[in-house]
Amino acid sequence: MIRFTHVSKEYARGGLALDDISFHVGKGEFAFLTGPSGAGKSTILKLVYMEEFPTEGDVRVAGVHSGSVRRAEIAQLRRKLGVVFQDFRLLEERTAEQNIAFALEVTGAPRSTIATKVSRLLTQVGLSSKANALPRELSGGEQQRVAIARALVNDPFVLIADEPTGNLDDRATRGVFQLLRDINAAGTAVLMATHNLDLVRRSDYRVIEMNRGQIVYDSADAAADSADGRPTPA
Amino acid sequence: MGLTLRETLLAFRRAPLLSALSVMTIAFSLFSLGLFVLVAVNIRDALQQVEERVEIRAYIADGTPIEAIAAALGDIGSFPEVARAEGISQEEALERARSELGEFRDVFDAAFLPASIEVRLKPGFRDPATVSAVAARIRTYPFVDDVRFGEEWVRKLYNIRNIATAAGIILGVAFAAVAIIIIGATIRMAVLARGREISIMRLVGATDGFIRRPFLLEGLAKGILGGLLALGLTYLAHSLISRTLVETRFFDERIILAGIAFGALIGFLGSAVSVGRHLRRV
Repeated sequence: MIRFTHVSKEYARGGLALDDISFHVGKGEFAFLTGPSGAGKSTILKLVYMEEFPTEGDVRVAGVHSGSVRRAEIAQLRRKLGVVFQDFRLLEERTAEQNIAFALEVTGAPRSTIATKVSRLLTQVGLSSKANALPRELSGGEQQRVAIARALVNDPFVLIADEPTGNLDDRATRGVFQLLRDINAAGTAVLMATHNLDLVRRSDYRVIEMNRGQIVYDSADAAADSADGRPTPA
Repeated sequence: MGLTLRETLLAFRRAPLLSALSVMTIAFSLFSLGLFVLVAVNIRDALQQVEERVEIRAYIADGTPIEAIAAALGDIGSFPEVARAEGISQEEALERARSELGEFRDVFDAAFLPASIEVRLKPGFRDPATVSAVAARIRTYPFVDDVRFGEEWVRKLYNIRNIATAAGIILGVAFAAVAIIIIGATIRMAVLARGREISIMRLVGATDGFIRRPFLLEGLAKGILGGLLALGLTYLAHSLISRTLVETRFFDERIILAGIAFGALIGFLGSAVSVGRHLRRV
């Protein structure tokens, strides 16, 4: 579903961000990307939703190859991915409802479908009473819920989350994380970059740890190794 | 289309100040261009009026039979360059001289002035070379004593017309270029102000065409509004000049439509270029 094969990424001014990494995220999986700032977590996510392209190697997402993708295909791919960020990235002049609807409007969905879906998602993220609120009238946690609802509106196969709880207090963090777990339980894969080791420890999802552009630990490999009888690195 | 229209209206409503500023900038850029065109059109009119006075006068020898003159008139009238050829008898010449010279009205008698043929040329045939060529052809009639057409005056007039045309084209292009640059920069500012919105649109899977359409419509609308406003301002300036300085002619429908179309075109193309450039970067 998401496959990185010997991927390196070098920015013209920022140096080497990823150094020959390979991994695979399967259907319905939940995986954390952890590691210090500058480790390459956000670069991996940008390569997944094809805002950036590898300098070497190949990124394959839902059958789309980074090496041969055309611009119009990227728009189509992004409709099948949901992306949420630390800074929410909501359209400030639109209400919660309009922000969610917007992601459907760009696909040319009929108005009746939009209304039904938006209302269902607002209920799912617990914001049906705030449908007409502007982002600035919502708390951080509520804004992130709107962003998640927007990311889910096109029924994506994977939700990409770049530090989704980075701007939230503990209570809001727990709420947003529970929402992501529910989404995953319903069958959507989640790839989440985070600094919050508490969240990582409290769950038994796969952890891919990054440092200086390399994968230094992948719990999936560790599990495979221990199944083979090999020792697990500390 | 409904969605594009809604997005366009939303853009105006969300940033009314910036939108008004863009429209005003477009309006004032086109207004300065409009003022220049107004001056150019009126100078051209004035020169045309002077040019219409270019005439060739062939003086006819005394005693020429009236039939010969009539034949020559028909002949000259059919020259492709000639608009009108008119015979002036000695009596008519005297009458004119009397009315034009005022206090000397009693000095002349009919025999004092010769009969003549007065020839007016069609527009486009009033340059010195053509006027001389027609004059030379008229001179070949045996009964023509002399041909006058104010050679020096025609040459000077022609030079002034050429200078005015060249200056008009150069200044017009310069004014249009300045308008295009200013309007382009204004529209670019409006696009940059919405850079974040564009990146969010792309993130949720909007195609380039979907993102571009409202901007193009917005550019077109701003161009048309700016054009109309510029037209109003130019009309005010024209009325003011006509009332206080000199009677001027306002634009005909063709120029008015061309002006508004020019505004619409710059608005549209300016948006297309700015959004295109921005989209390539995100």
